[in-house]
Amino acid sequence: MGYPHPSHAKEHPVLSKHFGDAGARTFDGWVKRGGYEGLKKALGLTREQVVEEVKASGLRGRGGAGFPTGLKWSFMSKDVTKPHYLVCNADESEPGTFKDREIIRWTPHQMIEGCAIAAHAIGAERIYVYIRGEFTTEYKILLGAVEDAHRNGALGADVFGSGRRIDLVVHRGAGAYICGEETAMMNSIEGKRGNPRIKPPFPAQAGLWASPTTINNVETLAAVPHILVRGAEWYKGLCLGSPKSTGTKLFSVCGHVQRPGNYEVVMGTPMRDLIFDMCGGMRPGRALKAVIPGGSSVPIMTAEEVEDCAMDYEGIVARGSMLGSGGMIVMDDSTDIVYQVMRLARFYAHESCAQCTQCREGTAWTTKILERILAGQGKAEDIALLLDLADNMTGKTICVLSDSCAAPVVSAIKKFRAEFDAYLNRTRRPVMVAV
Amino acid sequence: MSSHPGAGAAHAAAHHEENYQPVFVGQVRGRLEALFPKYPTRQACLLPALWMVQEERGWISPRAIGEVAEVLGLTPAFVKGVVTFYTMYHTHPVGRHFIQVCTTSPCNICGAEDVVKAFLQHSGCGELGATSRDGRFTVIEVECLGACGFATPVLIDDDFIEGVTAERVPGILQGYK
Repeated sequence: MGYPHPSHAKEHPVLSKHFGDAGARTFDGWVKRGGYEGLKKALGLTREQVVEEVKASGLRGRGGAGFPTGLKWSFMSKDVTKPHYLVCNADESEPGTFKDREIIRWTPHQMIEGCAIAAHAIGAERIYVYIRGEFTTEYKILLGAVEDAHRNGALGADVFGSGRRIDLVVHRGAGAYICGEETAMMNSIEGKRGNPRIKPPFPAQAGLWASPTTINNVETLAAVPHILVRGAEWYKGLCLGSPKSTGTKLFSVCGHVQRPGNYEVVMGTPMRDLIFDMCGGMRPGRALKAVIPGGSSVPIMTAEEVEDCAMDYEGIVARGSMLGSGGMIVMDDSTDIVYQVMRLARFYAHESCAQCTQCREGTAWTTKILERILAGQGKAEDIALLLDLADNMTGKTICVLSDSCAAPVVSAIKKFRAEFDAYLNRTRRPVMVAV
Repeated sequence: MSSHPGAGAAHAAAHHEENYQPVFVGQVRGRLEALFPKYPTRQACLLPALWMVQEERGWISPRAIGEVAEVLGLTPAFVKGVVTFYTMYHTHPVGRHFIQVCTTSPCNICGAEDVVKAFLQHSGCGELGATSRDGRFTVIEVECLGACGFATPVLIDDDFIEGVTAERVPGILQGYK
């Protein structure tokens, strides 16, 4: 449902059905709402059967990359001489994205159940949930729910009498966007600086403490119990566009819409329907200017590109961007694109772990050049310089943070060039003070 | 970002260090040791241990870094490297109430910069990172708090407040003495 708003007829609430319902937070409340049936069913199946069911459902990672979940699980070795780990990525930090927070604060057991099923599927006895430090309320809710789940046998030494041991540890972050990157997250859990690691080895080969590890996003895991209970065929049938994108997806919509919130729709739903029907469109007298559809790390879309865009992995790529995390930043015609791109660049400069030169220097210089342009001190060659920097920041670093900084810059220059030119040719008044 | 703990804070920091009392004794020690079985290494307890220090002392001082290093079998240099990587750990004393205002793009286009100005004005902090003269508040801008649909979110200590506008700021501050 479009929390904090009532559900819209064009939504298809599965994961968000109980958002806003505090009764769903407890173990008993979750069981009353049909919870933990998926875990019980999974425990009666072999590891392989669970993996096959999730593979058949078409579920793909909801954290941003869109990698097929069942396939990821199948990479975990069957050799159990080393412990296997599941990490649940609850470090939701991508600007524009606020869906996992809602899942945790209203339905923590939905996530715990998904974690336990995934742990069974990959042969893990221990789960680490990495929750960002700023989610103070959700952290407390989650700790309570984990205790509740242990007390009721949904976690612990003998999960629901199956003989399977599955423990869950909540690990709190301390303020670092980069820790949402899976290898940085593993370093952070190990008690280190959150620097991403070079891949390969991939986590499934050598992850936490060099043991086989799978990292999944909260929303991905929350979908798993429903797939177990209602079947892969049902999930696969939730599809209005590309057959490669199945199920429902939570879209966090923020910015200049009348009703910002989390909307759960079937993959392939038109973006227009989401922005103009479910979210109520722009404020009175305003027109849509741009949308960043998948969290701040993806290219900006123009209002024209939004017109006939189907919201699934393939549909958004076809319109020049990416689905990413499903965090949509909607901007109306009052928005200064150059200023907002500078704010995003500043975000990435602040959050760069500074291991790679291209990222450390590139994000900082991109921000400085944009600030110079906004201060009316831009030079004619600055656009070429920004694009050259972006080229050096793309595909050349350990992780994709610097690519993420480059994507909005390059796409904004391509699609909103006139706004940059207005500052450069001094027809627009500076909005920043030169430093 | 400018950061001025102020003369009062510097004095408090010096006093804290001269009269340093260990954090990991009694109940706090017990809470830390209860974590050991949850991780295969002691080092993995570093982030939780640093949180405990901050909860107990309000910041993580050089002496505290030394204590954490000793308790977990790490070097102080390593622990300092970790402390300084994460923005939520304070390496100097801050006001009694620590205010973090999100100003990343989604909140920015919804007026977050006006909210920051209101906090700086009404808290008496004047500038970002500075502590008010009465030691009550420190205000900083923070990157994305992950509640973009509830612009502007503000974190005051452990209280997560949604939908803050400049007009609401004086009323909110009254709740923090």
